[in-house]
Amino acid sequence: MNAILEMRGITKTFPGVKALDNVNITVKAGEIHALVGENGAGKSTLMKVLSGVYPHGSYSGEIHYDGQERRFSGIADSEKLGIIIIHQELALVPLLSIAENIFLGNEQAQYGVIDWSAAFAKTRELLKLVGLKESPDELITNLGVGKQQLVEIAKALSKKVKLLILDEPTASLNEKDSDALLNLLLRFKEQGISSILISHKLNEISKVADSITVLRDGGTVETLDCRGEAVSEDRIIRGMVGRTMEDRYPKREPKIGETIFQVENWSAHHPLHKHVQVVKNVNLNIRRGEIVGIAGLMGAGRTEFAMSLFGRSYGQNISGRVTLHGKEIDVSTVEKAVSNGIAYATEDRKTYGLVLAEDIRKNVTLAHLEGVSSNFVIDDIKELAVANDYRAKMRIRSPSVFQETVNLSGGNQQKVVLSKWLFSDPEILILDEPTRGIDVGAKYEIYTIINRLADAGKGVLMISSEMPELLGMCDRIYVMNEGSLIAELDIAEASQEKIMHAIVKSGRR
Amino acid sequence: MDTRTADEIQVPQQKTSWMEFVKTHFRDYGMLLSLLVIMLFFQVVTDGTLLRPLNLTNLVLQNSYIVIMALGMLLVIVAGHIDLSVGSIVGFVGGLAAMMMVRWGFDPVTTTIACLIVGGMIGAAQGYWVAYFKVPSFIVTLAGMLVFKGLTLALLGGMSVGPFPVGFQRLSSGFIPDVFGGQGFNYTALFLGAASVAAIIYFSFRSRANQLKHAVETAPFGLFLFKNALLAVLVVAFCYLMATYRGLPNVLVIMAVLIALYAFVTNRTTIGRRIYALGGNEKAAKLSGIKTERLTFLTFVNMGVLAGLAGLIFAARLNTATPKAGLGFELDVIAAVFIGGASATGGVGKVTGAVIGAFVMGVMNNGMSILGIGIDYQQVIKGLVLLAAVSLDVYNRKK
Repeated sequence: MNAILEMRGITKTFPGVKALDNVNITVKAGEIHALVGENGAGKSTLMKVLSGVYPHGSYSGEIHYDGQERRFSGIADSEKLGIIIIHQELALVPLLSIAENIFLGNEQAQYGVIDWSAAFAKTRELLKLVGLKESPDELITNLGVGKQQLVEIAKALSKKVKLLILDEPTASLNEKDSDALLNLLLRFKEQGISSILISHKLNEISKVADSITVLRDGGTVETLDCRGEAVSEDRIIRGMVGRTMEDRYPKREPKIGETIFQVENWSAHHPLHKHVQVVKNVNLNIRRGEIVGIAGLMGAGRTEFAMSLFGRSYGQNISGRVTLHGKEIDVSTVEKAVSNGIAYATEDRKTYGLVLAEDIRKNVTLAHLEGVSSNFVIDDIKELAVANDYRAKMRIRSPSVFQETVNLSGGNQQKVVLSKWLFSDPEILILDEPTRGIDVGAKYEIYTIINRLADAGKGVLMISSEMPELLGMCDRIYVMNEGSLIAELDIAEASQEKIMHAIVKSGRR
Repeated sequence: MDTRTADEIQVPQQKTSWMEFVKTHFRDYGMLLSLLVIMLFFQVVTDGTLLRPLNLTNLVLQNSYIVIMALGMLLVIVAGHIDLSVGSIVGFVGGLAAMMMVRWGFDPVTTTIACLIVGGMIGAAQGYWVAYFKVPSFIVTLAGMLVFKGLTLALLGGMSVGPFPVGFQRLSSGFIPDVFGGQGFNYTALFLGAASVAAIIYFSFRSRANQLKHAVETAPFGLFLFKNALLAVLVVAFCYLMATYRGLPNVLVIMAVLIALYAFVTNRTTIGRRIYALGGNEKAAKLSGIKTERLTFLTFVNMGVLAGLAGLIFAARLNTATPKAGLGFELDVIAAVFIGGASATGGVGKVTGAVIGAFVMGVMNNGMSILGIGIDYQQVIKGLVLLAAVSLDVYNRKK
């Protein structure tokens, strides 16, 4: 069988990081090729290289597609040749109709005048192909996520797709919708359309994939052929995580005391769809001086749990009990949560963490202005001293504390966010993806700060999608999937395989 | 871990040269310079009429209500909103004051207090929809503008109501009496001017000393002295000119106290800081424990009270309430705040900037009227100045 796509020796570096290192992947014509790997293994980067988001010249290596070497300079180039990517975050305009979305940027028009009857007729055909019965003028916002995904696929079909790339298409779908989508892929296969399927759900992969390429740390580990004999999930997991842990985490002697923090039967519902339960009966505890991790895949409900806990910043219909030092505390508003000793450093520091137009000093004191003021009047000398102190302690690299935070690097911005919460003097610090998008050196510094907090007798709850980070930092790890805690592992017994197993098992149920 | 204290790893104090400092702080001084240039220009082309004591007094009286409303508008705009209804509130509150005193026989003090409360309630009514129902402030206050314009007409029955008791007129047309009993020269005015100069210099020296102590980048000492000396000369000269006429108008004192108060609130208090954070990044502010809804609500209440005060001052100045009072004031107020360097997306803006912006508009109005330029071209020129000022600011920020 001929290969439709061959990527040879792809290497892509970002300043300071090698995201892809000599990656090879071959997709045969008319097959479903699965691409697996942990978060950050380089799957999305590879697909961006393929589709021309990173144009020729910004990476090294060769792309052969449909019998020729290709040098894409943008998405338009690859789309013209029938390579279509459907991203995890759907790129549909919610308040436009299905037909308008399908032909967005590719309107059925002559001299700029849209021929709506042609567009509607074609849309109807495409919708039939993907098995949707909706009217072409239905608005996207009225469709569920599963159907939106199908509209995306219909949009891909309208562009004469030859190689369809799906990035985690079933992550937010229920089982029925997932099955429908996988069956659609199998049908496309019969019609000669090849696909690349990126997914964490290994059971789905074993069901449809013809071959599997495993990426780890930006390199190709192996390609497994599923046509001969079935490949077990264990085999795939071993490929995905089988790395030796390096010394990327500062050493720490845990001094763990009594239980100080407890969450009981915590539940929360989706802010818009009140029947959708996003956080389901979560029970967890943290002991003095302990770093507790929550592992899980993207969309597992970890951030939603943390934010619903922190002053009901997410969701509605929230219920459950929170106790600190044996006393029930009120966390119904952010202000109360903070004054009761809870802090939450967000995963998205630019949107939720910092006031970017303001300087380091003002950001550091924002959550605890009472600490630098009396009778509502800010003591600017005291404030300056506090900011300088944190700038030194946290090693925030900037000319002064009057530097606007928008000009800081990701690592330094994160240190400002941490400073802000440390200044509020919490008993329990919830860190959501504390090292996302930060280079290796800054990560080590952040880890050191976290360790120091634990040594000072605080409780730390750390959410991370990077399993090695959790294994390297935590004393105990909870595993979350689909809004529930499905496993609790002591660090002595925890391993990436066990975490993955727990997730895969609960996902299958 | 790093055991050094903050002071030890402080960046070495750099000697900043005058030019460098002026360049990097151009945004802070640019508007003040523009105001001085505009004043100088009109002083020359009007053959010195602009700075005559009588005209200076007029300038203050004419602009006081714009300046006062600009203080509230600054907070609203910094919080990321806009208030289009202030002109109509001016008209409505002025009309209410007239009805209370002229028709219903209330005394000026009761009337003033009641009118300020009503202003606050109007602000609260609008702020409620903006803050808690998330209706865009543009829409809410556009509605408010129509509602209160209509209510003013209804309240006054389409007629002008006046005149007011003398006590009330003093709000606008009164002057601080001379306690030293000078003949033709108001020593009190000069004394108050000198006292405020002393206070300004004391505070700026104190804050500079603090800055130096904590190794903060400061203006070069020469520039610092020059700035303070210039300010002192300007204030004293202004008060001297006023003293040769009738002294300091009551309104000027009210205005000066309010400017000082709001400068303090925005720079030094927790509520001021929180308004800036709210406008800069509402989500981050909320996740930092700031009650963003209540804060938004309060900025609108504050705006309402100040618009009410402006309404009283304007009515007292005309000595009559007319259904057309306040028409178009919102545009002058908003323009003043933007000329003063506030950002339309919120989070950025200064009280001093808004005040300077208001005076830029005021001096141009006044100067062009003296020159006899028609209201038609006055508007054209004002519009162009607004555009130029804001484009320059955007350009400077991009650099």
